[in-house]
Amino acid sequence: MPSFEFAQPTSLEEALQLFAAPGEVRALVGGTDIVDQLKTGRRNADMVVDVKRIPELQRLESTDDGLHIGAARSCTDVGEFPAVRSTYRALADSALLIGSWQIQNRAGVGGNVCNAAPSGDTIPALLSHEARAVIASASGRREIALSDFFAGPGQTVLQKGEILVELILPSPPANSASSYLRFIPRNEMDIAVAGVGSFLQLDPANNTVKKARIALASVAPTPVRARAAEEALEGNVLTDDLIATAASAAVEAATPITDVRGSAEYRRELVRVLTGRTLGICRDRING
Amino acid sequence: MKHISMTVNGDQHELLVDQGWTLLETLRDHLRLTGTKEGCSNGNCGACTVMINGRTANSCLVLAAEMDGNEITTVEGIASHGELNAVQQAFIKDGALQCGFCTPGFIVSATALLQRNPNPTEEEIRMRLAGNLCRCTGYDKIIMAVEDAAAMLRG
Repeated sequence: MPSFEFAQPTSLEEALQLFAAPGEVRALVGGTDIVDQLKTGRRNADMVVDVKRIPELQRLESTDDGLHIGAARSCTDVGEFPAVRSTYRALADSALLIGSWQIQNRAGVGGNVCNAAPSGDTIPALLSHEARAVIASASGRREIALSDFFAGPGQTVLQKGEILVELILPSPPANSASSYLRFIPRNEMDIAVAGVGSFLQLDPANNTVKKARIALASVAPTPVRARAAEEALEGNVLTDDLIATAASAAVEAATPITDVRGSAEYRRELVRVLTGRTLGICRDRING
Repeated sequence: MKHISMTVNGDQHELLVDQGWTLLETLRDHLRLTGTKEGCSNGNCGACTVMINGRTANSCLVLAAEMDGNEITTVEGIASHGELNAVQQAFIKDGALQCGFCTPGFIVSATALLQRNPNPTEEEIRMRLAGNLCRCTGYDKIIMAVEDAAAMLRG
């Protein structure tokens, strides 16, 4: 392992001073990406800052303004949190299928976001719930839509000195549900060939779609929203035909590459299939 | 170097660790607890599985410097007072190993699973053990051993 300084701050203020220091300062949550990246030289660090002992980054709370997920909370903590299991089910689906049990126990949802892999499993789920990212630096705070957070494979809009503090997911309205599915060649322990997170809100009076949010993983340089599919759904009566139309429209947002995990054509087909299935699961979950 | 205090299998250790040391190499090379194995070194194989504060983790992806104040359980800490636990007994009874390299990781993961749920379904056992790879033979005897250990624990 290359050499680096190590710090374990216990307050956000102390951490932000460390991140403001010159050189490459990297946040450590579960280490399941960054430790391997440091070992293999895919990322470098002059200082590694373990952010798990900062109280704000361990927040996990459901309040009137939504669900607050501190950036250092593990996938296991988040996926098993009662409000997530009942109300933000795409997030539970995704947080509890990342890697292995060992990985879920260490890896943070915030870490998965900041690693910014196009395949990050929690990201479509968070995007489907319109998550917002609270970012802090020594000079202040800002809050942005998570859909504006990603800049490319492994790249985010975080500037020097900034860290992710928490994610905020607005409280979902009544008659809504979400779902995340990914395709891998086995049942566990793999990187998504494609992943889809969907959120649906229905009007129970006439079964029309009031709101739809669909996000895709592993089919573009960053996780992306499938806006044409959302538009195809909203305002229309939710039928199997409408789901099929939306599923086909979701493919428009996919700009996949061909690699060892699958061809571009195969990935586009997976987007269609998984979008249709997640919408069906949302419908079933709403209808209980 | 960083000073840490961590508990390993009930014993408290004061250590001066390099920032770059993983928990795995600290356990194996400095505490001489070589039951925990190094396989892939990138979180895929699970040979290095230990419990940190009761939760399983790949010790190859944990920095020792993170561990100040934490409680670690390795495969050496699974048996108590010389008596193998139910998972260990069942692995022997069912012959749930061939070369044995992956076995410590499986024992730790299966023990953590049964602590959490003494009556898991086969599907849950397979999910919870998905992060432990066996390259010799296969998983049927391992799954059977975990089911037998669960039955032993339930009496």
